[in-house]
Amino acid sequence: MAVKRNGCEGCADITCVSSKQVLAQDVSKGVKTAYDRIKARGTSACLFGSTGTCCRHCNMGPCQIIDGVEEMIGVCGATAATVVARGFCRTIAAGAAAHTDHAREMVKGFIETAKGNSPHGIKDVSKLMMLAGQFGIDTEGKSVNEIGVEVGEKALSEFGKQDDAPLTMLKRAPKKRQAIWKKLGVEPRSVDREVTEMMHRTHMGVDQDYRNLMLQASRCSLSDGWGSSMLSTELTDIMFGTPEPIRAQVDLGVLKKDQVNVTVHGHEPLLAEALCLAAQEPDMLKLAKQAGAKGINLAGVCCTGNEILMRRGIPVAAGFIQQEMVLATGAVEAMVVDVQCVMQSVAQVAKSFHTEIITTNYRAKMPDAVHLQFEEHDAMGSAKAILKRAIGNYKKRGKCFIPVDTKLDVVVGFSHESISYQLGGRFRGSYRPLNDNIINGRIRGVAAIVGCDNYKLADDVHEKVAKELIKNDVLVLATGCAATSLGRAGLLRPEAAREFAGPGLAEVCETVGIPPVLHMGSCVDNSRLLIAATAMVEEGGLGEDICDLPLSGTAPLWMSEKAVAIGQYFAASGAHVIFQNLPTTGSKDFHNYITKEHEEVYGGLWEVEEDPIKLAQKMIAHIDKKRAELGIDKKRERVLFDMEMRRDLGGIPDAGCHGPAAE
Amino acid sequence: MSQIICSAAIRGAHKIVDMAEEKYEEALKKYGPEQEVAFPNTAYFLPIIYSMLGAKVETIGDMKDIFQECRKLLPPQVTSNLWLPYLAPALDAGMATFFAEEMYEAIRYLEHSEFYTKSEDPTDSNLWLGAADDVIFRKRGVEFVDGSAPGFAAIMGSPADKEMASKIALELQEKNLYIFMHDHSNGISMPEQLVDSGVQVGWGTRLVPFGKSYTTAVFAIGFACRVAMAFGGIKPGDALGNLLYNKDRTFAFVMAFGDVSDEWYANAAGAINWGFPTISDANIPEVLPTGVCTYEHVVSNIPHEEIVQKAIEVRGLKVNVSKIDIPMSFGPAFEGERVRKDDLFMECGGGRTPGVEVLVSKDMSEVEDGLVTIEGPDIKDIEQGQNLPLGILVEVAGREMQSDFEPILERQFHHLINYIQGIMHMGQRNIMWVRIGKAAVEKGLSFTHIGKMLHGKLHQEFGAIVDKIQVKLYTEVDKVQEVMDLAKSTYDERDKRLGSMTDETEEVFYSCTLCQSFAPSHVCVITPERVGMCGAYNWLDGKASYQINPTGPNQPIDKGECTDPDNGYFTGINEFVNQASRGAVPQVSCYSLMNDPMTACGCFEAIAAMLPQANGVMFVNRDYMGMTPSGMKFTSLAGMAGGGAQTPGFMGVSKHYIASPKLLIAEGGLKRVVWMPKMLKDELAEKLQQRCDEIGMPELFDMIATEEQGTTEEEIVAFLKEKGHPALTMESAV
Repeated sequence: MAVKRNGCEGCADITCVSSKQVLAQDVSKGVKTAYDRIKARGTSACLFGSTGTCCRHCNMGPCQIIDGVEEMIGVCGATAATVVARGFCRTIAAGAAAHTDHAREMVKGFIETAKGNSPHGIKDVSKLMMLAGQFGIDTEGKSVNEIGVEVGEKALSEFGKQDDAPLTMLKRAPKKRQAIWKKLGVEPRSVDREVTEMMHRTHMGVDQDYRNLMLQASRCSLSDGWGSSMLSTELTDIMFGTPEPIRAQVDLGVLKKDQVNVTVHGHEPLLAEALCLAAQEPDMLKLAKQAGAKGINLAGVCCTGNEILMRRGIPVAAGFIQQEMVLATGAVEAMVVDVQCVMQSVAQVAKSFHTEIITTNYRAKMPDAVHLQFEEHDAMGSAKAILKRAIGNYKKRGKCFIPVDTKLDVVVGFSHESISYQLGGRFRGSYRPLNDNIINGRIRGVAAIVGCDNYKLADDVHEKVAKELIKNDVLVLATGCAATSLGRAGLLRPEAAREFAGPGLAEVCETVGIPPVLHMGSCVDNSRLLIAATAMVEEGGLGEDICDLPLSGTAPLWMSEKAVAIGQYFAASGAHVIFQNLPTTGSKDFHNYITKEHEEVYGGLWEVEEDPIKLAQKMIAHIDKKRAELGIDKKRERVLFDMEMRRDLGGIPDAGCHGPAAE
Repeated sequence: MSQIICSAAIRGAHKIVDMAEEKYEEALKKYGPEQEVAFPNTAYFLPIIYSMLGAKVETIGDMKDIFQECRKLLPPQVTSNLWLPYLAPALDAGMATFFAEEMYEAIRYLEHSEFYTKSEDPTDSNLWLGAADDVIFRKRGVEFVDGSAPGFAAIMGSPADKEMASKIALELQEKNLYIFMHDHSNGISMPEQLVDSGVQVGWGTRLVPFGKSYTTAVFAIGFACRVAMAFGGIKPGDALGNLLYNKDRTFAFVMAFGDVSDEWYANAAGAINWGFPTISDANIPEVLPTGVCTYEHVVSNIPHEEIVQKAIEVRGLKVNVSKIDIPMSFGPAFEGERVRKDDLFMECGGGRTPGVEVLVSKDMSEVEDGLVTIEGPDIKDIEQGQNLPLGILVEVAGREMQSDFEPILERQFHHLINYIQGIMHMGQRNIMWVRIGKAAVEKGLSFTHIGKMLHGKLHQEFGAIVDKIQVKLYTEVDKVQEVMDLAKSTYDERDKRLGSMTDETEEVFYSCTLCQSFAPSHVCVITPERVGMCGAYNWLDGKASYQINPTGPNQPIDKGECTDPDNGYFTGINEFVNQASRGAVPQVSCYSLMNDPMTACGCFEAIAAMLPQANGVMFVNRDYMGMTPSGMKFTSLAGMAGGGAQTPGFMGVSKHYIASPKLLIAEGGLKRVVWMPKMLKDELAEKLQQRCDEIGMPELFDMIATEEQGTTEEEIVAFLKEKGHPALTMESAV
């Protein structure tokens, strides 16, 4: 008997076909998903919590604050603005901490790799050299691995350094942006320190000026975006390869009936990469054969999925919202998890099946899961031990249902570097064609759709936002679970440009051969967007700072605190950021600060809009505003060059005037 | 749709690389890896490969690495669904195409040395010229540099019929563009169509038949690469620098006629790397978004009537064509056109009849602007073969006019009259020679058209100096004689004045950045006795140009104090050069080859080089292709003399400077000169002899060796010893 489980009261409909199919099967009868729990809980979210006015920072409370009601301030006298600000700042600190802890592991893993203590190597030497340059490392006469160790150690020292000098990576930002940060005093000094200081300043009785608190929130978020996240992305690229366009598939249909299905869920790609290597080893394949399977099928879930998707073309079975559905197929031998965004429920869902949940990180354990610690110094050993367990489970697989028809093709792997290459080839790669076509209006602007999935709104919100944007000639860059969701919607196929994009964007996509939505990686990879935005500024013609660009970002289904940290580092970098809700409405002053005053200070700001179409239209409105400010909202006459104008082009720096022999 | 184009380009690139590699394998077997390969007389090896990769392909063996590079660049074919991005791969494939084609053509030169004429003009039996050698390249490159040629049209195939071919060629010529022609459509090539229509093809008319196969597209692109290296200071291997230089400065485009094959697409994709778009008459897809090119990348389905206009618009070129109301076409592209014996209608001057041209300034009240008169018979009044005397008297007036400017304006007559299609002008002053072709007469040419044209052009170019211009033409012997008498006294006066003008008499010298659009980092210093090294610009030109355009390319430099008259150090010059080079060149000498010699752009007429064994100096002009006693040909020496850096012992100079009293004073002047090519010595003979006489050594002229005496230092030294050349006993110059 098919079960109808299309969402429930309190949460939106499930529109995702594969989720619906799986949940409609007998096999998944015993599975309780987040949708079911929302129904079962039977209560709606606390209003104080939702608006940010519940203060639990000391034991005099908890205090519920009502803005504008004199009696309803905190026991200590904290106003609504202070309380909301503290909550918002702590959310940012928690998000930044998560990225930072992830990044630290990657940097340490990188150092071990450079020392030769891992199965990985240094794949992108030119990026290593670029980073060595950023850190001012003398590379003369040193081996690639020696340089790698030095870069890694310099990167690691950024996390805990105690001097007041700004983080090294900040100098990759546009000059004007750096000057704004300097003037405001929000240049992060070290990564850990800014989180610590944020936690301190939000402690009872410390910083009670919301504007001042937000300065530290910016500094803390910037230490994430331009600090730990950026270092993580760059070093991960150097180690595992900078992504290039590659074909792959997404959705539950990527699970294979006749293979050992191992899903990797979480965030840090060190383990996933080791699993990818181990899954190709003859001894593992032999074991799988012996168990009656045709092979070992790795499939990603959440951001680990995005990491191996864009580097290796390993399919992504599910985003955050489908982590229970993927287990509900009954076809997964093991779900290997590390950190972040792993629902505790997965261990309960697994109980209905032969599936094992394997935790691998000492920081992230849960009841009813098996713990197999991933040992970096024996990455292959750890990976094989995990695979062996999964293979062992294959024979125990009972009834299962894989929605085989619902997998979708995608083209992914658009790093900042590969975008530059794709726009001009090996010899002429640059952002010039992007800028040119923004200036001439074929592309209206650029939008980032990032972040999580969330049960609060329909699971097709990303798709609706993206379609509205591309229909209006806005190029979309996507990361994280939002990108997976857009893949499921078919928007990461190059054909989608012809089907869904406005004529201008479609023409540019057609010229380059790209989809209208570019998958740029996992949520930690949002630093790629910062670099891409900076590259657009530096290419010229679109202003001098990120806040001048016709650019807007959204995490319309944000769930994790990391999304708020990302939002803040974009806003503090000059971008327009729009979420579907924020726990800030409990204070008019504070909400006004982040949605209005913030723009005067940083050029970037927050906005809130629940309806996906309206949200997209607000993004477009911001893009149009920037176009008008740049003066590119009007049609321009073609400039024809005569000799005089060519003379005025000026000299080429360092060019002598010479003949062939002078090299 | 770009997908179709990129797919075809990638397919074509694979075919071309396969074909070239097969050819290479054959050649390797036949000749072995040590066999030398080269394009004729060039120091830029295979120029695209050299400029993009910095690699010198000198032997067949050298090709191996380049083919590996091609294979790296060649992307997989584009799939029809779920395609990966294809623009960048197609551009890379286009680059691989050019590398492969250069090697293919190099092997062709090896296998069939007579395949191309290797000359400036077609021969009776062969229409196809092949790659420009460095002599042609430098001569023509200067026109790119000085702005008389804004770029080129690289034509693939041929228009529907010969009438259209001539029309399109003419239109392109009128836009001052070079027309490089490649391949054919249905067996008929555009140069064949042009020749069939009686149009002169060859470098002189800018209608250049490169080769009858698409692979010769590399001759056009290689030309652009060399412009960037020789004049733009772009280093070999600086691919991006070269590509952007050409995108911004060389206004070239591909014009394709007829069906577009995969191979043509591959070449077109390659050209886009340089910012050169393709304009096609065929119904092929378009690529309109901008970015790699300045504007559109591929524009198609353009009717022949509109194709030239469309092409220059797509390329973003503005050609300031001055409308001259005469029935013939007019422009620099016709300057090199000749009137051959069979085409000749009549001629004036040149020893056949008296001929003279002169420009004098008058009082404002004496000149009626626009007045053009003729006294005597006009062309319509005579029969073919009946020659006439000709006197051209141009009278100008203007508040800013100075008598010093007269010779500058007058010197324009030569090229301006040549600009008229169907007229050939040689010489100047009272040795002028005009040949008029039948075609021009058929179109209704009158002598008054020359007058109208001079009136219009002189106004255009010297509007800041002259306010009124009238032109009087005479074709009766006695009247011409009157002009001749006037002219001679004018010349005498002028020469006296110019002769007395020295570096000492003038306080102000001029800088020259006329070539800045192509040679952005070089500044010339022009003194009365040292003409710009391009030979085209003297001190008076600088002065007049400054008068015309005070913020233009010629700026006065207060020469300051002369601190060393032998080396020619001037405080003002040093300050200027130091500032202009941002400290890279703190001082220059005006008269020395060894001490702080002047830096050079790539467009010098000749090079001075020290010969240590002979203790003397040699000169070589860029037309001389042979070996010199320095052990290097002109093209290699050009590399030493340029570079924007000072290389003692090597320096770019104008031919004029060789006979200047200020010639290398620091090294002992003319007495130091031991060798120059015979063609240069002959050209300068009169002036050189005069200088030898002036320094009291009339016998010196015969002591200067040429290639007839030898092209090695040993041979020269033996000759110098035999003649007792003074350089041998002078103090060591090194």
